[in-house]
Amino acid sequence: MIRLTTPLGDEVLDLHAGDRVLLSGIIYTARDEAHLIIRENGFPFDPKGAVIYHCGPVIDEEHNTVVAAGPTTSARMNRLTKHMLDAGVRGLIGKGGMSEEVRDELRGRAVYFAFTGGCAALAASCMELAGCHYPELGMAEGIWEIKLTDLPVVVGIDAHGGDLFRR
Amino acid sequence: MDPLYNRLASAVELAIRQAETILPPDVEEALHTAYNKETNPTARGEFENIFANLQIAREKNIPICQDTGVFVIYLTIPESVPFTARLYDAVTEGIRRATKSVPLRPNAVDPLSRKNSGDNTGAGIPAIHVIPGDTLRVTVFPKGAGSENMSQIRMMLPSEIEKIPEFVTSVVKDAGSRPCPPVIVGVGIGGTFDSAASFAKEALLEPINRMTSFEQKICDSINQLGIGVMGLGGGTTCLAVKVKEGACHTASLPVAVNIQCWCSRHGIVEVEI
Repeated sequence: MIRLTTPLGDEVLDLHAGDRVLLSGIIYTARDEAHLIIRENGFPFDPKGAVIYHCGPVIDEEHNTVVAAGPTTSARMNRLTKHMLDAGVRGLIGKGGMSEEVRDELRGRAVYFAFTGGCAALAASCMELAGCHYPELGMAEGIWEIKLTDLPVVVGIDAHGGDLFRR
Repeated sequence: MDPLYNRLASAVELAIRQAETILPPDVEEALHTAYNKETNPTARGEFENIFANLQIAREKNIPICQDTGVFVIYLTIPESVPFTARLYDAVTEGIRRATKSVPLRPNAVDPLSRKNSGDNTGAGIPAIHVIPGDTLRVTVFPKGAGSENMSQIRMMLPSEIEKIPEFVTSVVKDAGSRPCPPVIVGVGIGGTFDSAASFAKEALLEPINRMTSFEQKICDSINQLGIGVMGLGGGTTCLAVKVKEGACHTASLPVAVNIQCWCSRHGIVEVEI
């Protein structure tokens, strides 16, 4: 098992589709609305080396904890991802894989990690809530800043065109 | 609130908590059976995440999946309980309570303005189906969007009966990795445009540890697709196919396919009258 900590750098170029990784460090949740607002207003965090998690979590806002936070379907973000990668994002986490275009956009710079869909309790057990951006988008669509410890992911699409979802 | 309706609201809240935190035993057993047969290492790793996740959700009493769904409710009512709007109000109240106490993600929005109600209720949500029965019993079926979005209905021709398995398989193929496979496939055959879809959803509440030869044949053909757990490849795309039929017009053959992710949740609670 490979261990990586965000922000990520050129070490992502050494990863290959199928590699199992324990991922730690700060990540940012972003679904459709968050991608659109970032394109409009810019990043509320430093995108260099950042990892974006396609996720709309359940947050306990009274106790500032992540209750449940599995991945959402990444394909909805296919046409919204290039902007993220161009700004320096080095990793995406989601489920179900992404388009051929995204596979090409990842080449030479970033990877797509697959995390098991539905595994929200397991994900939450690896997470501490670190902040929130654009809370007006609501719980599911807002950008949650989360500190990860050892999230078990698999490299779904690597930076060399390798793609476990291709068939 | 009248004590009976208060008890019904509490039963709905409890049934939702059960559904969201503990998978029915037949579903968990089907996942273990599939894991034992699976040889693809990536798929086996995904199963291991699923089992770890189920254990954490059960121990910590938290939702298995963050998509806690929108609610489909089946209510059986005995003769002694009057069938009034208060039954609907009590169910809705139970959902509001569960949204805070479980807690659930608020998922119900206006379809066009996309404004979120904040409490998982709205016009037509929850869908409540009332059936006569011996006891007052509530069945809650939370449905997440990932799998629901991949469902399809086709008004087939009466001469196309032989093509039903091909249509069902093609719906799962088109869905690919998006509905969180391994999936369970509910198929409604017959009825009208609307009731075929209801049959398909009701079929998903049937136990999945047995299949008819017709269901098994479709299940086997889906597992030949090679989509695999989470679309990462391997031999496990479908855990079970369940079919529910109803009579239809002599000129019709409606076929509805309702896809369910591996996290096939439901909760059933009896209410003291």
